[in-house]
Amino acid sequence: MSDMDEMEDGSGIVKKFMFLNRKAPHGTVYALEGLEVVLITAAFDQDVSMVFTDDGVYQLMKGIDSKGIEVKDFSKTYRALEGYDIEKLYVDQASMDARGLTEDDLIVDVTVLAVDEMANLMAEQDVVISF
Amino acid sequence: MLHIVNKSATDRGSLESCLRMATKGSAVLLIEDAVYAATTGNAAAAKIQAAAADLKIYALGPDLAARGMAGRVLDGVNVVDYGGFVDLVAEHSNCQSWL
Repeated sequence: MSDMDEMEDGSGIVKKFMFLNRKAPHGTVYALEGLEVVLITAAFDQDVSMVFTDDGVYQLMKGIDSKGIEVKDFSKTYRALEGYDIEKLYVDQASMDARGLTEDDLIVDVTVLAVDEMANLMAEQDVVISF
Repeated sequence: MLHIVNKSATDRGSLESCLRMATKGSAVLLIEDAVYAATTGNAAAAKIQAAAADLKIYALGPDLAARGMAGRVLDGVNVVDYGGFVDLVAEHSNCQSWL
C-alpha cells in the first residue's frame, strides 16, 4: 500500500511529533495556543513529545495565580495531558538551571534532559512544531 | 525618570538596554514577563541586584503571582500593585517603556 492510500483510509501512520515550547506563559499567547494544539493532536493517536526549553520551562511552574491579571490559569491543564495519553514531557536542564528551578518547582512529572539528549530527541522526530 | 520593562531578560535584551541607560536615582518597574528577572536563581538576578544600588527597582505583584513567582522575589525589589503602578507614573515627570 502506498503512503497515499494509507493517508486516505486514515490509519496506519503514526509519526513522531515534538511540540517545542520556548515562551513564558502569559506575556504572549504562544503557551496557551501550543497547549491547545497538543490537545487536538492527541485525538489523532500520534507519538507526541512535549518539550520545554528556555522561558518555556516557566509554563510548568507550581503556584500560578493569574486572577490578578484577569487571564485564564491554564497551568492545571498540563496535569490533564496524561488523560490524553500524552506522557512524554521533557525539560531542558540548562534552562532550568538558568532560572533557578528544580523538578520540585513544576506542576507535573517531567524528564530532565541534558542538551545532547535533547538534541538527539529533536533529531529523531518526524515533525517539530514550535511555540 | 521611570523605566518600564515588560520582556523576559532570558528571552530579550530590553532589560539590559534599560539598565545601560537608566541614570542614578531613576526607577525601573518590571511588568509582565520582565518580572522573572527579579526572582531568585534567574540568570538576570545579579544584574538586578547590582542595579538596585543606584536605581529603585519595582516589580508588579499581580504579574509575579500569575507566574508562580510571588514567593521568589529578590531582596531589594519593591513589589507594587496596580495602584502602585499608577503612583509611580504620577510621581515621575517622564517615563520610557522598553518594548
